[in-house]
Amino acid sequence: MSTLTDPPKESFRLSMLIHDTRYRSLTFQAIAAVVLALCIWYLGNNLIQNLRAAGLNISYGFLADPAGYDINQRLVEYDSQSSHARAALVGVLNTLLVAVLACITATIFGVIAGVLRLSQNWLVSKVMAVYVEIFRNIPVLIWIIIIFTIMTAVLPGPREFRGDDATSSMLFDAFAFTNRGIYTPAPYFERGIFGSVTLNWLLVVAVLVGSFLGARKINTWATAKQEATGLRPNTLPIILGVWLVPVLLLMLIMGLSWEMPELKGFNFSGGIKIGGPLIALWFALSIYTGAFIAENVRSGIQAISKGQSEAAAALGLRQGRIMNLVILPQALRVIIPPLISQFLNITKNSSLAIAVGYADITATLGGITLNQTGRAIECVLLLMLFYLTASLLISMGMNIYNSSVKLKER
Amino acid sequence: MNNSVFFGALTVAGLAAGAAAAGTLDDVKARDKLNCGVTTGLVGFAAPNANGEWEGFDVAICRAVAAAVLGDPTKVEFVPTTGKTRFTALASGEIDLLARNTTWTFSRDVDLKFEFVGVNYYDGQGFMVPKELGVSSAKELDGATVCIQTGTTTELNLADFFRSNNISYEPVPIETNAEAQQQYLAGACDVYTTDASGLAATRATFDDPTAHAVLPEIISKEPLGPLVRHGDSEWGDVARWTLNALIAAEELGVTSANLSEMASGTGNPEINRLLGTEGNLGEMLGLEADWALKALSVGGNYGEVFAKNIGEDTPIGLARGLNAQWTNGGLLYAPPFR
Repeated sequence: MSTLTDPPKESFRLSMLIHDTRYRSLTFQAIAAVVLALCIWYLGNNLIQNLRAAGLNISYGFLADPAGYDINQRLVEYDSQSSHARAALVGVLNTLLVAVLACITATIFGVIAGVLRLSQNWLVSKVMAVYVEIFRNIPVLIWIIIIFTIMTAVLPGPREFRGDDATSSMLFDAFAFTNRGIYTPAPYFERGIFGSVTLNWLLVVAVLVGSFLGARKINTWATAKQEATGLRPNTLPIILGVWLVPVLLLMLIMGLSWEMPELKGFNFSGGIKIGGPLIALWFALSIYTGAFIAENVRSGIQAISKGQSEAAAALGLRQGRIMNLVILPQALRVIIPPLISQFLNITKNSSLAIAVGYADITATLGGITLNQTGRAIECVLLLMLFYLTASLLISMGMNIYNSSVKLKER
Repeated sequence: MNNSVFFGALTVAGLAAGAAAAGTLDDVKARDKLNCGVTTGLVGFAAPNANGEWEGFDVAICRAVAAAVLGDPTKVEFVPTTGKTRFTALASGEIDLLARNTTWTFSRDVDLKFEFVGVNYYDGQGFMVPKELGVSSAKELDGATVCIQTGTTTELNLADFFRSNNISYEPVPIETNAEAQQQYLAGACDVYTTDASGLAATRATFDDPTAHAVLPEIISKEPLGPLVRHGDSEWGDVARWTLNALIAAEELGVTSANLSEMASGTGNPEINRLLGTEGNLGEMLGLEADWALKALSVGGNYGEVFAKNIGEDTPIGLARGLNAQWTNGGLLYAPPFR
């Protein structure tokens, strides 16, 4: 006969923290946490004590003081009497501008080079292999300087456009390529609907958004029709119309005109100037990171089993459609995660801007402001905060996109 | 624990522990080498010559201090610094003395906690333009693109000058003089602005210096001098009086030609005190009695150093101007050696 008894109830003993596997890991984690906290406390305390000993105190009051220096490329109102905080904002916008531009072009370069590297054409694939190997194996700082130097040395100065026997002339009398940057005509409205220029442009953007939504509706309708009947209606003319007609109409109503760049005094004035430093930095970041992205794309495509393209070919799809409809959508799942880190690299590498005199956040806040105020710790902390925030936001955005393209598992 | 956190922490600790210790004089003596911050290369002021040895007007100060303290003008480690890195290098103790045509300003002295030991060159900010532009005054520069070294006082002066004259310009910030020179010659900017002495030095290295003009306007006061860290007066005194010794020697007529003769004693008690044959000024500084003699034996007195590196007979060709002795209508005035 057997009786069921409760197992003897073990009382908790201190030694169990080490010897009992149920508690051991907790014990070590607690110890590690305490040690980590002590380390952080020690370092923080050390910093504060040394700063006090050196007679320095952390204060952000300087941000409100007039900056006293000028910046050549500014997306918001700024002059030398604006505050250091304003100068930092100008730098932030410049950093974001070059980062966004470079992310877009690097992706385009990368996808083209990655796909072409797998081309059947021996010459094309080898040329792309050479591009990838040359550009990703030379530091980006050197590329930035090379491109900038070539630009300033090869393109003519504004002086050479002057006079009757000028050695250089403007393209179509509208574009001027100089060693200080490219000048293009600037659009403006002669009779805007609103008094403010910004509002007029916002109206244009609103119309474009409307066209986008309309075009999507048409696509959905065409897809539904295709699924119902097996025939996809030719939507191209309708979509072109939806995109172009409202915008062109609006431009006509508001009287779109172009302000041409003109040589006045030392420089061209009027029109839009795309500065040489911006072009050099943008282009260098794009081709450098594009080489890395090309490799991501290639590995993503090669990760798709050959059976997929063979099956698609067996269904009678052409090469281009196989790539667009079968291979790339699947390859995106492999490509997106490493692409995130390439975008982060672009953002961080844009801090090399000062090498060509581009006024990004590292050049304004971390360069001139730091130097003129001597507030090194404060400025560097702010810089860290900015790059951390920007990188986390990019990661977040790309992760959301990644989850939208990844394999939906049920 | 995550390894990178640990190493990151070590780095921060290292930075935090790098606060400057007092007793630079003892440190220099113990190290038997003076760490001297200079420019990354400005001919006439500090640049390596064909043999890789640093020479120039600022370099001479470093060598004189090294000779006074260590008895050997070659015991100097030259640390090239940019406008941006120079103050961090000095504050962190990486260099003992900064002789890098640095302008003495209130905020650098008081807020950044440095001590300027004197002025070795009275300068002012000027503009250089190619002659073909036909500009004769800085006020005609409306709309010009201006190359400027970032992290310097010239950057602020420039903004003030254009604002007060109500004209516009476009700044091109540049890290070093060499880059600025390249940009200017390539025509990426119309004007190069920096201290007038620096402009003259830069122009001297051009293929055709006569094609470029320095405009007459001097838009600021730029007293350039060597500096040390705040709070170590003993070391500050050594640097200050070495500079003063060079200046006083010129006033007293002590040159490298008659130095050995005068070192054996003269009828002028001030020269005797300076050269250590009378009194104990060296001992007061914590140096040998003949410290000034050694400093002067490197390149002679201030006037000789000036003439050899940047004077009118050199390609740089600067006149003494404000940098003449007070007895000749200049501003150089060394306090008495007593």
